[in-house]
Amino acid sequence: MSTPVVELAGLSKAYKVGTPVETEVLHSLDLSLAEAEFAALIGPSGSGKSTLLNIIGLLERPTGGRLSIAGRDTATLSEAEITRLRGRSIGFVFQFHHLLPAFSALENVMMPTVIARGAPDDEAEAAAHALLAAVGLSAHAHKKPAELSGGQQQRVAIARALALEPRLILADEPTGNLDTHTADDIFALLREFNRKTRCACLIVTHDPRLAARCDRILRLVDGRLEDGAGG
Amino acid sequence: MKFRLPFAPLVALRFLREGRMQTALILAGTTGGVAVIVFLTQLITQLQAQIVDRVLGSQAHVVIRPLEEANRRAFDAPGFASIVEPRAQRLRSVDQWENIAGLAAGLPGVTAVSPVVTGPAFALRGQASKSVALMGVDAERYRRIVRMDGYMIAGRFAVEGPRAVIGSELARDLGIGLEDKLRVLLPGGRDELLVVGGVFDIGNRDLNRRWVFVTLPLAQSLLDLPGGISNLDITVADIFDAQTVADRLRGATGLTVDSWMQTNAQLLAALRNQTVSNNLIRSFVIIIVALGIASVLVVSVVQKQKEIGILRAMGASRAMVLQVFLIQGAVVGAVGSLVGSGLAFALLKVFSHIYRNADGSPLFSAELEPRFIVMAALVATLVGLASALIPARRAARMDPVQAIRS
Repeated sequence: MSTPVVELAGLSKAYKVGTPVETEVLHSLDLSLAEAEFAALIGPSGSGKSTLLNIIGLLERPTGGRLSIAGRDTATLSEAEITRLRGRSIGFVFQFHHLLPAFSALENVMMPTVIARGAPDDEAEAAAHALLAAVGLSAHAHKKPAELSGGQQQRVAIARALALEPRLILADEPTGNLDTHTADDIFALLREFNRKTRCACLIVTHDPRLAARCDRILRLVDGRLEDGAGG
Repeated sequence: MKFRLPFAPLVALRFLREGRMQTALILAGTTGGVAVIVFLTQLITQLQAQIVDRVLGSQAHVVIRPLEEANRRAFDAPGFASIVEPRAQRLRSVDQWENIAGLAAGLPGVTAVSPVVTGPAFALRGQASKSVALMGVDAERYRRIVRMDGYMIAGRFAVEGPRAVIGSELARDLGIGLEDKLRVLLPGGRDELLVVGGVFDIGNRDLNRRWVFVTLPLAQSLLDLPGGISNLDITVADIFDAQTVADRLRGATGLTVDSWMQTNAQLLAALRNQTVSNNLIRSFVIIIVALGIASVLVVSVVQKQKEIGILRAMGASRAMVLQVFLIQGAVVGAVGSLVGSGLAFALLKVFSHIYRNADGSPLFSAELEPRFIVMAALVATLVGLASALIPARRAARMDPVQAIRS
């Protein structure tokens, strides 16, 4: 088996460290996510799901333990290297309102490329068009997010997350604000890309129906992980 | 718009375009500020140049004169009281003036040296007698001290033999014109019949009434100063170097050397005060414009928190976010300076129509020197960058997690 995409060993996270109100929200988590694995992360509100996702997404640093992304130990990386690793290896799908409102759907999808490689060329634009076509939005490429429906926005967000062919996709309640039918579509889309590109996916969701359709269910309760097989 | 810019300018321009009202406001502020500065600078520069030009239009930049004569006590012993009366200053020549003229001409920055013999005389015609200043000059050389050719209203500025050049007021007072005769009477009793070869109007009534130009040898003989001259007039390349040149000449010759800056000390002080107040106004305007840009960008950073967070999550570094906001400041400054220069030009045009001299000519011309536009563009862009610094750093320091959650 190849190197895990995500590897946590004894990872913990505390806030307000060193003060009398120090609170540990994640307690010594161990987790390994392999290539092409499709996992759901569930748990009650306030259990630390978002914090864990932010840490794996390199937006926050853990206070203890070890975190490796794509085989690289993140503790030894500088701020700039972390930023680069995040840009190249991780694609984020947030709740639907996290597109850049000033840019069209196409421009949103090209943005990770622009950040990573500078001014785009025709090739980058063609790739973005292909991604939009893959999520079924060719006709809406030049619309601003405000002109798109919630489901369409989330499709754009997925296309954007895939722009640099990341090893890992992190989705924070990607279907949270969508009706059941649309939610199923979005979920199916993620699953499709997961099979096609073999990227690992970690999806935070409140929807047990969707969680049941994942390969693996990780339950976070009071800052501790319980591992279980999916449906 | 084609999506072809690199990250920072692309996002900066888009943010500016998106925040229409805010962008319009800071652009308006910057434009207004630049317009005021450019307009004021151009106006004051022009007016000052005009004043200096007018003053220096009829006088030499530097004048060398003989030292004044002073009486001295024969001996200075205790027990004697003595009264030393100031001595009457007679007309004397500059000693060795040919050498001194050569020395002055060799100094860096000196463009012309002209010997002048000047002394009092009366201009007579019929019953009329007017007191005048006889000026013995070499027309060729004197032209380069005072641009007489530009002031001539009749004839030419040329003196030879008995031909003289007089001012318009004197011509009117005596009722004479070109080729008419005119007698001058010297205090010593000498007199001479002159022929009017030219009439000038130098723009100063007093000088128009008093100056009578004749040849150098004629003036020398009439004033009893054979071979001598009463002063050396000097023109310098940069008028504000006049004092330095005068100091050097004084050191080298030991003679009395005055620059226009000393003889017009009050004018110079007034010009300096004007420049200082102009600088003060400019500084205040720059500060106000900078505060305007900074405050709008601070608000923009807060409004764009979420976008900044998203961009950071997509791999944009702190430096990239910093650049996005710095570029916004610089763009506002640069665009504001160009539009502001245009506005300043319009203001100059409008005001040059409104404000006119007594004779109806415009007080100043509606010209804008390119160097002021370049200066405004540079300063405004730098001010824009500087005022964007604090908001940009705030944006760059923002925690992406907090930003996204907000």
